[in-house]
Amino acid sequence: MATFKKKTKTKQDIPTSALPDIIFMLLFFFMIATTFRESELLVKNSLPQASELTKLEKKSLVSYIYIGEPSDTRKFGTEARIQVNDVLIDPEQIVQHVIQEKDKLGEDGDKITMSLKIDREAKMGIISDVRQKLREANALKVNYAANKKLRNF
Amino acid sequence: MLKKKKKDAPEINGGAMADIAFLLLIFFLVATTIASDKGVTVMLPPKAEDVDVKVKTRNVFNILVNSNDDMLAQEEMVDLPKLRTMVKEFVLNNGKDPNQSESAAKAIISLKTDRGTSYEMYIGVIDELKLAYAEMRAMFLKMPLEDYQNLDKENPDQKEKLDRARKAIPYKVSDAEPSEIK
Repeated sequence: MATFKKKTKTKQDIPTSALPDIIFMLLFFFMIATTFRESELLVKNSLPQASELTKLEKKSLVSYIYIGEPSDTRKFGTEARIQVNDVLIDPEQIVQHVIQEKDKLGEDGDKITMSLKIDREAKMGIISDVRQKLREANALKVNYAANKKLRNF
Repeated sequence: MLKKKKKDAPEINGGAMADIAFLLLIFFLVATTIASDKGVTVMLPPKAEDVDVKVKTRNVFNILVNSNDDMLAQEEMVDLPKLRTMVKEFVLNNGKDPNQSESAAKAIISLKTDRGTSYEMYIGVIDELKLAYAEMRAMFLKMPLEDYQNLDKENPDQKEKLDRARKAIPYKVSDAEPSEIK
């Protein structure tokens, strides 16, 4: 009977010379996608859920305000506070903050969008105070940050 | 003559490169927070002197939310899905029922909250209203809700549709004035 000689010349190892290239590609992606959080959160911030969301365009025109119970309750108490940049402020200081932010944008100052990142457990009292101040400062476009909720009809 | 030792071109050991790249990669992976800047967009009314606008009572749909997060819509206690159907009925009444709105363009939703209302509840109500209006506009354009939500503002043809729907059923929700305690 004729026997077939098995050809075993194929190499067994996978060429790994392209591995660094792939890793570099991933690396560059993450380097570009990274935005370092510019301010450390001083307040609790777990966002509520909503389904009708719009995406914020033009990140440069967006200014953030965080509202929630302070993380350091021994120092700042348990009442919800407002944080902009790195500091906790009172509602009265919001107008000044918005004016500063508008100045930074120069010509586009009036197109500013305020993104309110409010903890889901916050109360409407402080939020309506903030809203009144935003109206005073003429920053009327407001985005309540929320996470996506899936609805099943 | 000395014979020059001919070596192969000197090679840099590239084996560790992958490790270095891995290290950097892991650093950026951990440091990255892919920003999810999404939210419910609203326009606040401009700060102006109180203007008395005369609105017929039948055109106003009243929603009250108290500090226990109980909701009252048109003097009836409701939950969120019920609110949506009520709002849709109210807006699309077109003058049939004398207690409901005259036309979609005239209908106004008035949302009043208490200082103790939780933000989660407030966003829930706003979201429900937005969805109600999206559904009504989708119906107006005779397309499924999903198609309506996927309409693109940048596309002139689709923008025209959006504008048409917006004009026929404008989103009029008044919620800026907090209730004063007297």
